[in-house]
Amino acid sequence: MANLTDAILPRPSNRTGNDRNIIQKAAILLAVLLAVAAIFAPLLTPFDSLEQSLLSRLRPPLGFERHAPGHLLGTDELGRDVLSRALYGLRLTLALAFAGAVLGLLLGGLLGLVAGLRRGWVEDLVMALVDMQIAIPFTLVALLVLAVMGSSLTVLVLVLGIAGWEQYARIVRGEVRRIAAQPFLEAARTAGSGPLYTACYHVLPNLISPLVVQFTLALSNIVILESTLSFLGLGVQPPQPSLGSMVGLGRDYMPTAPWIVLTPALLILLLTFTVQILGDWLRDHTDVRLRDR
Amino acid sequence: MIPYLARVLVKAVVTLFAIMTVTFIATRFSGNPIDTFLGEGLTTEGRQALIDYFQLDQSLWQQYLAFLRGALSGEFGLSFVDRRPVTEVVAERLWPSAQLLLASIGLTIAISLPLGVLAAVYRKSWIGSAVMVVAFAGYAVPAFVLAIGMILIFSYWLDWLPVVGSSTALHFIMPTIAMSGVLVAALTRFTRNAMLDVLGQDFIRTARAKGLGEMRVVLRHGLGNAAITVISVIGLQIAGLAAAGSVVIESIFSWPGIGQLLVNAAIIRDYPVLQFGVIAVAFAVVAINALTDIAYALADPRIRLGQN
Repeated sequence: MANLTDAILPRPSNRTGNDRNIIQKAAILLAVLLAVAAIFAPLLTPFDSLEQSLLSRLRPPLGFERHAPGHLLGTDELGRDVLSRALYGLRLTLALAFAGAVLGLLLGGLLGLVAGLRRGWVEDLVMALVDMQIAIPFTLVALLVLAVMGSSLTVLVLVLGIAGWEQYARIVRGEVRRIAAQPFLEAARTAGSGPLYTACYHVLPNLISPLVVQFTLALSNIVILESTLSFLGLGVQPPQPSLGSMVGLGRDYMPTAPWIVLTPALLILLLTFTVQILGDWLRDHTDVRLRDR
Repeated sequence: MIPYLARVLVKAVVTLFAIMTVTFIATRFSGNPIDTFLGEGLTTEGRQALIDYFQLDQSLWQQYLAFLRGALSGEFGLSFVDRRPVTEVVAERLWPSAQLLLASIGLTIAISLPLGVLAAVYRKSWIGSAVMVVAFAGYAVPAFVLAIGMILIFSYWLDWLPVVGSSTALHFIMPTIAMSGVLVAALTRFTRNAMLDVLGQDFIRTARAKGLGEMRVVLRHGLGNAAITVISVIGLQIAGLAAAGSVVIESIFSWPGIGQLLVNAAIIRDYPVLQFGVIAVAFAVVAINALTDIAYALADPRIRLGQN
């Protein structure tokens, strides 16, 4: 099972060094741009993301007929500025994704650490939970939880955090077991280092690079899950914009006002591609085993 | 073989039990079970009968036991909307979902196997890179974005394909492609890696050394041996991915399957339907996983005999 999951995770391709460099640099640049756009959205947006203007509803982007001045990417069915909403949506999507990814990292990392260090029934229990999490189609559980507990942002972050914890747990447990067999840990124990000290000062530093890689790869999955749930109407609730909910709500206007859907949809693609390329790149740099492939 | 079988079955049963417990806790968390489990529009007797059967006026523990007892005899309550047993409501949706699922898995296999083999054989050339870029993109594009993009282009701009419904072959095209996107990415990557592992083995060198054609070496000896792992990944990973994907795709294309039913139930808070739907889909995925594990063991004595 473990091998199977490993094997379908992204592997680096064999483009020549130069091509890859350019793509990676572009990805880093894009990531910075997206982050800046998200963080400074309140300063960058020309309009309030919730401000309606019923007189200029469904106006197309700059350069088309009937364009409304100031609304670069047009307006939606309530006359709200699409660009402003998209930037706020990006901000919320990224914030939720980060919060979810951090929660997953803490939860999975802690369980993996405990499983790897304590062994015995604790390890069996954690690994049984990991197997279960893999076997359950998580989107369905997310539907149930969101329907029952309501789609508040707190619940959403919890759901996004639980979505990917098992990957961290597997990685941390594997690494801890590997590290535990190394002589330096034996030496530390002999020198009188207690379990907590060992975990923090000897084991954790070795875990940082695999965890950074997993965090980046997970981030893109979480962005997709959040957008999907919001698209279905179960994530971020209107009038607050998220990229997914903008696509979901804009669907009805697709034949006449496709820009409402296109702007957030393209932003989602930009975001997921950028994060995936970064994750792949980090993986290449840290995982020696993959260099030959 | 017997210990292995027992382990697989125990794991499946425990997983199912855990899912049922999670759905029970989730639905009882939201407040008074008499409101969340019964809904409006019942006769006084019907209401009392349900309360008695599921012991909704008793302690949480007794409710749980009653829920498990009901589950064992196939009673999961009534739908809020059409006041019929949820098992009936879900069962009606089974066939459309299965059709879409089979079409998607068929398409996925038809695309991924050749692409994965190509990517492994030509891994140093542009062909291998191109295939991996496609696989990479498949992971980064959310299914709903793919579906929306196709609807925009093929339905609204070109007016070639219908958006909603499931009656003709034309209706299958977009949902099947949208659902296959992420599956193709996963299976192509997996096929490539499985092929790379197999093609590096000694028996491949032997096959070449005894003068077999490259085609025969790659397809017969390479793919033949990679097939076991590829089939198992279809059972273990693709089933779960497809279950999640069907929720999104079916609701976009108004496909009358379980996925659409679940999204609607979640939005209008029809808890009994949602609860049973999640259990039913999870049951299907867990059953497919268990069957795959068993098939894998039958094909591979190392696993069957517990040496791995």
